[in-house]
Amino acid sequence: MNWLLVHLDTLRESLARLARQPVASALNVIVMGIALSLPAGFYLGLNNLQTFSRQLSSDPQVSIFMAVDASATEVAAVEQRLKASAEIGRVEFIGRDRALARLKRSAGLADVLANLGRNPLPDAFVVTARSNDPAILEALHDQALKWPKVEHVQLDAEWARRLDAALNVGRVLVTLLAALLAVALVAVTFNTIRLQILTRRDEIEVSKLIGATNAFIRRPFLYFGILQGLAGGLAAWAIVALAVLVLNIQLADLTMLYGTIIKLEWPDSNYTMILLAFSAALGWLGAWLSVSRHLWQIEPR
Amino acid sequence: MSSAANRGPMIQISHVAKRYPGGYEALRGVTFSVEAGEMVFITGRSGAGKSTLLKLITAIERPTTGSVIINGQNVTAMKPGVIPFFRRNFGLIFQDHKLLFDRSVFENVALPLSITGFPRREIARRTRAALDKVGLLGREKARPITLSGGEQQRLCIARAIVNRPAILLADEPTGNLDTAYAEEIIGMFKSFNQVGVTVVIATHDEDMIERLGPRILHLDQGKIAA
Repeated sequence: MNWLLVHLDTLRESLARLARQPVASALNVIVMGIALSLPAGFYLGLNNLQTFSRQLSSDPQVSIFMAVDASATEVAAVEQRLKASAEIGRVEFIGRDRALARLKRSAGLADVLANLGRNPLPDAFVVTARSNDPAILEALHDQALKWPKVEHVQLDAEWARRLDAALNVGRVLVTLLAALLAVALVAVTFNTIRLQILTRRDEIEVSKLIGATNAFIRRPFLYFGILQGLAGGLAAWAIVALAVLVLNIQLADLTMLYGTIIKLEWPDSNYTMILLAFSAALGWLGAWLSVSRHLWQIEPR
Repeated sequence: MSSAANRGPMIQISHVAKRYPGGYEALRGVTFSVEAGEMVFITGRSGAGKSTLLKLITAIERPTTGSVIINGQNVTAMKPGVIPFFRRNFGLIFQDHKLLFDRSVFENVALPLSITGFPRREIARRTRAALDKVGLLGREKARPITLSGGEQQRLCIARAIVNRPAILLADEPTGNLDTAYAEEIIGMFKSFNQVGVTVVIATHDEDMIERLGPRILHLDQGKIAA
């Protein structure tokens, strides 16, 4: 039980030390929080985009747009061809009247459309494949372009897949950014601890002379590093959470215009724990390096 | 210290030389031993090598040649991880005091005990006992800077004895004190010696010790003078 008390004592002391220099501590925590919030925020943003793009690309479709002047028989012929294919799962016909009605309802463009006089929209088919194999829809895309009176064929999932690939590149960039800022964080802690060591140099020297182990001398500094790192992690979390909050308000306005609602996900418990553990570990590392360097310098030769 | 090692002398210095980088030779072939429970004065002018000798005994520095054996433990061959535990056998009184001026009197004396890892209640009990022995019990909350020179020296002694060391090493403990204070301090060392503590005191104040008539090792230019 005694070792537990020793550690609790050290923890209490380190907290007191943080509180004794509120301005310096706050500045450090803010610097660490901002540094951490960059990769943490980008990571969360990427995750959100990825979830969004996966939702889209999980349901690959082909949209086939007829020419505006296509007759009813020509449209029926295309429908016949589509229904004849064994590989095609569902065919949804969206007539030009229905498309217009939908557009009027959803996007607040009623006035503009009313002024147009005639319906500018073509008939369209939305085709879903039976299996998830992208090759089927790609084949259909090429075929359908040759059919009479087919104006335009669009692979809806394509851009989502491209986005997904781009996000993977983004992920690598975030990792690089995180690595760089991790080094910065270690440096910040290193310097804070170095200054503390300077003010407690006598204490360290006397302690060593009268039989303190290196572990004993390191302990309070390591606790301080961990606590400061944790506080930095909490600050980063708060910055990210605040950003999500503000962005969600803005996004709600923006996406309302397009008739859907896109919301950024809140940082979840896993994300939070990893962020805090990471920042605490970096604080620990910075403190350890700093004290070890000092102990090495005063080692008798 | 292990009881198995109690057969030999407490301190055994054999053919020890210490040369510092740059070529300065602080000690040249010093040999002597101190029995357990003995009280010894090391005298000599400043620069004669007294402080160096004390640093070698406590493994603060390592000898260039020769061996230092403390209670059967060879300090010269000691692994760095063992040294902290080895040093807890000593009570050290430094020439420059090395008091912590941002800590109270109580905290200064309690430092060796918290290093050893005593429970808090035990630390408080032993610290008060040590302060009582040197007559500073009433000043435990004071800062060392508010103490007089003699009181600061007594504070150093309290910190040195709080761990109940087997060996007490003092470097110029009466350095800046007038005769009355110095005698009081020396009296304290004698009383610790009477309860079995081995005491080694380095001093240049030869007038004072002549009256005591103890064993004296005189260092002259890094050598023991006959």
